[in-house]
Amino acid sequence: MQIINTLPVAATVKAIVQENEQVKTFVLDLSVGAQPGQFVMVWIPRMDEKPFSVAMDNGKELHLAIADVGPFSHAMHQLKVGDQVGVRGPFGTEFTCEKGQHLAFLGGGYGAAPLYFFAYKAVAMGCTVEFVVGARRKDLLLYTEQARQLKGVNVHVATNDGSEGFEGFNTVLLEKVVMEGGIDCIYTCGPEIMQLKAAELAVREKIDAQISVERYMKCGFGVCGNCCVDGSGVPSCVSGPVMPLAQVLELRDFGKYHRDKLGKKQYYNF
Amino acid sequence: MADLSVDFCGIRFTNPIVLASGVLGVTGDSMAQVVRNGAGGVTSKSLWPHEHLGHPNPTIVTSEHWMLNAVGIPDAGPEKAREEIARYREVCDAPFIANIVGGTMADYAAIAAEVALMQPDIVEVNISCPNVEDELGKPMACSIAKSSEVTKLVKDALREAGAGHIPVIVKLSPNVENIVSIATSVLNAGADGITAINTVGPGMAINIDFAQPILANRVGGLSGPAIKPLAVKYVYDIYRAKHCPIVGTGGVCTGEDAIEMMMAGATLVGVGSAVWLRGQDVFGQIVREMNDWCDARGIEKLSSLIGKAHANH
Repeated sequence: MQIINTLPVAATVKAIVQENEQVKTFVLDLSVGAQPGQFVMVWIPRMDEKPFSVAMDNGKELHLAIADVGPFSHAMHQLKVGDQVGVRGPFGTEFTCEKGQHLAFLGGGYGAAPLYFFAYKAVAMGCTVEFVVGARRKDLLLYTEQARQLKGVNVHVATNDGSEGFEGFNTVLLEKVVMEGGIDCIYTCGPEIMQLKAAELAVREKIDAQISVERYMKCGFGVCGNCCVDGSGVPSCVSGPVMPLAQVLELRDFGKYHRDKLGKKQYYNF
Repeated sequence: MADLSVDFCGIRFTNPIVLASGVLGVTGDSMAQVVRNGAGGVTSKSLWPHEHLGHPNPTIVTSEHWMLNAVGIPDAGPEKAREEIARYREVCDAPFIANIVGGTMADYAAIAAEVALMQPDIVEVNISCPNVEDELGKPMACSIAKSSEVTKLVKDALREAGAGHIPVIVKLSPNVENIVSIATSVLNAGADGITAINTVGPGMAINIDFAQPILANRVGGLSGPAIKPLAVKYVYDIYRAKHCPIVGTGGVCTGEDAIEMMMAGATLVGVGSAVWLRGQDVFGQIVREMNDWCDARGIEKLSSLIGKAHANH
């Protein structure tokens, strides 16, 4: 179904949760009917408007986990309870699973937020979730405690400095989980190099995967063309962000480069 | 199965539906995707002779009947264009129309010289963007003298670069007193055809909760189904006066819309905003609908419909 009306609606900030030194969760007083993996455009009038993946939409509230990393997110971090922002969406594809499956999630950085939302939905469908997350250090972990509260979710933590859980990359931890067997599908959201490792593992072990491919989005509904991936050429705001493994493997840019707001290639430095 | 092919300025298109400039068109692969989805050809986003920043977001919003955009013509410059066009040629053989733009006369000459080397099938000159007035002033398409001068400059630049054979078409603005007089001036200056129309207005949408214009640029070009009657009328007027090759664009969403535009006088039909209403495969949907319409009426050649609405007047 095509989205006809893409005008922003006003939402009020109901609560703000400081998740860690970089990230706040903004609880907005509306539901847009978003599914895990989808995103919304958040507008601050006279400032800008940016895409954010949804950390929870429970039919009453919309949760967005936003890291203070640029001018827009910094402006978001200045908001107080009672302030208003504009919201358009939801846009894009969602993570999907079948009832009763055994799933492995790989989240890095803020990628843990949409995966938490998906875990919430998956366990309600009788799935078991291996929730693998990573961060540079313990106090930068995101949504780990919330995920632990969900029955049917096993949380696996990796930190670069070993301040919590496994010392090293979360991709190593994912491989361990997968090698134990029985995983139906791998889901990943976060830095592209991490996702590339997950994709390679999925191919090697012949397991299906769904990958959230992040590109520079402007309109959100497949018109401006800025977020088109190379290879298939489809706009990632419509055919993504969540793409099945087979589609991702055909991309020419995945794991290599993304494009800036002028469409210029920006290569990843690994 | 009707013959849907058309000849436009000596270039053969397997069907008349082309991606309009400004929609998708950032990368070679995305334009090839449009062709895979059924388009007979593509037009790039406007190419600048140098890097040009667009506007901040929101840049495009839609309601049921219209789209407003102030993307602001972002482009990374000729180096990226060369790479993307080469990629398009590698994977796709449908005609490629390079849309060019500039802020000054010198810009137009410079980008024309650059694109000459990229060997597009057609060069389309954008002199009618309504969402960069704060930066560039009134579009050149609003002045007979300027639209004529820029056409000459582009033609000369292409000739000097050894690409004088590439047809030049000029994209006109509906936001003028008399579009036929502008069309006449650019054709007299050497243009081989006309694209009509660019977006209307600019227009504005205000969010009443914030009491703020929604677009960051405050105003933006109006497109979508709401403007189709204007586009049809201007194409009709230009064809009636000049009988020149025309890319008719503005609000076309269905095969019937495209046939209407051809009957007004268009040889090619640009499709842009319809991607929002009908999705990425809108091009193929429109082509199928045109074919079905022709088949149901025993029309063997779609091109026989070009300008047909003029026959009875």
